[in-house]
Amino acid sequence: MIAIVDYGMGNIRSVEKGFIKVGADVRVTSDAKIITDAKGIVLPGVGAFRDCIKNLDNLKLLDTIVKEIQKGKPYLGICLGLQILFTESEEFGICRGLDVFKGRVVKFRFGAGSDLKIPHMGWNTVKFVKKPPVFNEIQDNAYFYFVHSYYVVPDDKGIVAGVTEYGIEFTSIVWKDNIFATQFHPEKSQELGLKILKGFNEFVQI
Amino acid sequence: MLAKRIIPCLDVRDGRVVKGVKFLDIRDAGDPVENAIFYDEQGADELVFLDITASHEKRKIILDVVERTATDVFMPLTVGGGIKSLNDIRDLLNAGCDKVSINTTAVNNPEFIREAAERFGSQCIVVAIDAKRVHDSRFEIRDPEEIPDWLKNSKELSEILCLQPLAFSLQPLWEVYTHGGRRPKGINAIEWAKYMEELGAGEILLTSMDRDGTKEGFDLELTRAVSEAVSIPVIASGGVGNLEHLHEGIVKGKADAVLAASIFHYREYTIREAKEYLRNKGIPVRL
Repeated sequence: MIAIVDYGMGNIRSVEKGFIKVGADVRVTSDAKIITDAKGIVLPGVGAFRDCIKNLDNLKLLDTIVKEIQKGKPYLGICLGLQILFTESEEFGICRGLDVFKGRVVKFRFGAGSDLKIPHMGWNTVKFVKKPPVFNEIQDNAYFYFVHSYYVVPDDKGIVAGVTEYGIEFTSIVWKDNIFATQFHPEKSQELGLKILKGFNEFVQI
Repeated sequence: MLAKRIIPCLDVRDGRVVKGVKFLDIRDAGDPVENAIFYDEQGADELVFLDITASHEKRKIILDVVERTATDVFMPLTVGGGIKSLNDIRDLLNAGCDKVSINTTAVNNPEFIREAAERFGSQCIVVAIDAKRVHDSRFEIRDPEEIPDWLKNSKELSEILCLQPLAFSLQPLWEVYTHGGRRPKGINAIEWAKYMEELGAGEILLTSMDRDGTKEGFDLELTRAVSEAVSIPVIASGGVGNLEHLHEGIVKGKADAVLAASIFHYREYTIREAKEYLRNKGIPVRL
């Protein structure tokens, strides 16, 4: 069973339905025990970094998630689920993250006269730096659905698995061992997105 | 590179798809979930459901439509129409929709947009603006009843947001309408878009009331003026009759996304044909 962490934010239902569509056994939960018992953890989410950390803290799930990740349990982070893995975010002042990876979450900044809008919203391509197992079925430069104003800047470039261009080139997939995380939304990226959920489900079963 | 989005819009009344011409003549056109699946298969980039159900008791029907859609369709889904409270938004998001589009409630109470953006994040708050060109050079004085109280009560906001007589303006002016395009509010649409961005809107869905249902193309001047005034994405809507109109909306109107209903709905063009047309003209699209 894969635990989808429900912390009162984000489009949990779409993620759940996506996993069900690819035949996965999932459970939406905010119970630390169920997360500990699960074979994999999914942390979806859109919204503000600070609220995400605060809600997880109120539910007493921060330690559980970090501990399980460090024990090697497969983790899939989506959008905020990617960003909170890092040391800190500059969203609404500085806010501490889980610090699983060293690095910062920063805002897109474009000069005056730039046509680029914020949030970065819509379908954009992902170029693989290296291909994580979960992404086996995904071709290079495929389109995925993004909606975010902040992006991660990892200290260790070795964890960058995919990049996307929007004014600058930013990290759109992070991968290290059992940890997979995307800035885009697989659950909103039609067939290709579902292939990632399927890939994660298969990785969890191994 | 970020693709320009093609967004089919489905007007839904009492759980059925309808498409009106100039918001009036309404014909039945099928089941919303079937339509959503059809557009999903064609490669639509997003879907918009506009709920035009009149009575409040029937509001639950749209939640059921959203829930059934989200079971089969894995792409961004926006719902607009009749959203009055934070609970309305929460219910829609929980049913599986990704963004809500708010028009009348934003005009009645702009602080609602701030609260909604703080609670759910700007990314899911779309402000829909129905705008109509002001033609009368003498400037019709609006029924004072139509001007919202919060605007009447703030001198500072009135100076920015209220329409000025055309004689004092070098630019064309557009007025904000509510209630599905029936009630003129005396608000300058360009300034309104900027104000909505400031309060936390994540996207603007801009409909030209002059063009809606006419098939004459977008109001490009309006689209460009709004798109250049804000730094959030703008979806152009109202008036698409052929594929060149989509191209113009992106290039001349500077829209980030283009929305159309009838050309897709009555099978005049497929989404794929639209995207191929745009790609051949050098527009980045997802194919």
